[in-house]
Amino acid sequence: MSKVSGIIDKLLFFTLVPSFFLALWLVFIWSPVERVMGAPQKIFYFHVGCAWVAFLAFIIVGYYSVRNLIKPNMNHHIAAGISAEIGVIFTTVTLLSGMIWGKSSWNTWWTWEPRLATTLILWFIYVAYLFVRKMEGSWENIARLSAVFGIIGCINVPIVFMAIRWWNTKLHPVVFGEGKDQSGGGIAPEMLLTLLFSIFTITVLYAFLMRKGIEIEKMRDTVRRAKNRAISRLAS
Amino acid sequence: MSILIDAWTIAWKDLSNELKTKQTIGMMVIFSSLVILVFSFAFDPTNNMVKAVIPGLVWLITIFSGILGLNRSFLSEHENDCLTGLRSAPIDPSSIYLGKVLANFIVVTVVQVISIPVLFILFDYRFLGAILWFMLIVIVGTFGFIIVGTFLAALAANAKNSEMLLPVLLLPLLSPLMIAAVQGTRIVLENQDISDAISWLQLMAAYDLLFLAACFFLFEFIMEGS
Amino acid sequence: MKELGNMLELKNMTKILGDKLILKNVSLVLNKGETLAVIGPNGAGKSTFFKCTVGLLQPTSGDIIIEGQKIQKNSAEIKRKIGFLGHESFLYNTLTPMENLKFYGKLFKVKNIDEKATRLLKEVGLHYFKEIPIRSFSRGMMQRLAIARVLLAEPDILMLDEPHTGLDQEAVALLNRIIKQKQTNGTSILIISHDFDQVHELADRVTILNKGRITETIQLTSDIDLPKMKDWYAEAVAQK
Repeated sequence: MSKVSGIIDKLLFFTLVPSFFLALWLVFIWSPVERVMGAPQKIFYFHVGCAWVAFLAFIIVGYYSVRNLIKPNMNHHIAAGISAEIGVIFTTVTLLSGMIWGKSSWNTWWTWEPRLATTLILWFIYVAYLFVRKMEGSWENIARLSAVFGIIGCINVPIVFMAIRWWNTKLHPVVFGEGKDQSGGGIAPEMLLTLLFSIFTITVLYAFLMRKGIEIEKMRDTVRRAKNRAISRLAS
Repeated sequence: MSILIDAWTIAWKDLSNELKTKQTIGMMVIFSSLVILVFSFAFDPTNNMVKAVIPGLVWLITIFSGILGLNRSFLSEHENDCLTGLRSAPIDPSSIYLGKVLANFIVVTVVQVISIPVLFILFDYRFLGAILWFMLIVIVGTFGFIIVGTFLAALAANAKNSEMLLPVLLLPLLSPLMIAAVQGTRIVLENQDISDAISWLQLMAAYDLLFLAACFFLFEFIMEGS
Repeated sequence: MKELGNMLELKNMTKILGDKLILKNVSLVLNKGETLAVIGPNGAGKSTFFKCTVGLLQPTSGDIIIEGQKIQKNSAEIKRKIGFLGHESFLYNTLTPMENLKFYGKLFKVKNIDEKATRLLKEVGLHYFKEIPIRSFSRGMMQRLAIARVLLAEPDILMLDEPHTGLDQEAVALLNRIIKQKQTNGTSILIISHDFDQVHELADRVTILNKGRITETIQLTSDIDLPKMKDWYAEAVAQK
């Protein structure tokens, strides 16, 4: 078991490092500079990758939350927590890169563009989820409560997206032409390849971080148990 | 059927208690009036801006004062560990949830009946919209707020700092409902095309039903445990 | 007075809370009309044991059988048969004794609530206070009302979690009188207690729960007096 997981770790690591350099090369050197927007457009490769991972991480939280409700399991509880923590980081990066993108292309730091706004709300839900996990009590209790909140949060995200998109189109229809090309309308093939590769790289990064985080958390748990055992032995 | 009867018994216990003391409702009314007061300093009520902020204010005072009541609703059950008493009674745990939703909904509605007219008066707002549609939107929106709020209040009551935790958990989840409610209210108050308001109303109704079902089934998990 | 047959049976009940094994393979039988006392040192898992039995906590493994019926999660029918007097009173401070009883009576689907509640309030001596919110009540008065609450549903099994703690002599006497009266009616009673005097006075059988295990059980026959029981307990606990 530990041998297999060791191999997976190595595999992830040795895929991650070269593909990261390759991604950087693709993004900054190989792919053409966009004519209208210029160099700032490059941020878009990381922005989309991080946004994808931010939502993926939340789906993973939801998945482990459901499993945890069906049968409480320490490993699932840890996995959900780590996924949420990584999710917060990627959501933050998405928001920041989105703001820089917005400043350079629309000359505004913030716009209530549905995807960006949903990401902001997602960030708040993540943070709330982590607050629930910080409650006092036995881990089973917290696992159950946080799982319940994770599920409710998961249900909420698509509704938020729908509501915000509706709100925007009903009031002031989308005026930013560039806003639409994020989904890849008339994108050059080199750009598309670069985009897909950077999404791949960031997903591998997520998987790598996830495994490391879970490992560290398990170690922490082992240390805590050993400590408790030592204390109870000293006391008796 | 017995779920509903039990739920009403629990709701009536809270409501009759509230009728006697009038403490929570009184606090909530005063608080929402204070929020209106603070906002009238922030946005000059004599200004033309009033029209633009009124729909948002209706919901702001509802949520701010509602959170006060929601905090109380499960903390009061932790005195003398009454919640354990309820759990050891021969009732479905979901009836506790339904009962609390019912009681909270009625309390918040009563507060709205007082505070929304106060808002209109203090901001010198002439109501010209369709009153029935306005009431429908307010009721559907408030119901959704209470559904999620009661559920999260029960969840947060497990924490030591539940008063602080509740808004942090609740507000992000309320965001789609609030967008719909504020937009719907604005359309009705400005006498625009009602069919737009109806589509917002549909979104709110879908939100209400979805979360009512989800919370109803998940509530059992919150009640379980030591 | 004694009937044959099991009222309540626990089979190999195990509970793990967090990383700790709180109850290890606890098996126990409570006969009809019998009074069984569970005693043991602090932290032996008595409260967890009780919560599992009442159905507030789900045991990790093992079965709870009441009158030949396995307890399912949240079974209303079983909960109606059990009267649970907990550590806390489960009463609402803002309500009057009468309102408290009526509220629980409705939840337990008791018939003739008014009549029964009035009678019970007289029985526990709170009749004159029935219109006063119980916020101002002393611990003894609270406990009396809590007992009235438990008796209201006329349960077949009474579960008492340290019922004598914090009561004065008069209240203890009242409580014992009520318990004895229930015993003659054929109610099965399970008591958790630290109070050896009361246990000796009330129980038919005593069992020791130590470090999550049932270690020893004795029948309290007439030749076992209080000092003898205490010796037996000290010995049983010291062994482990």
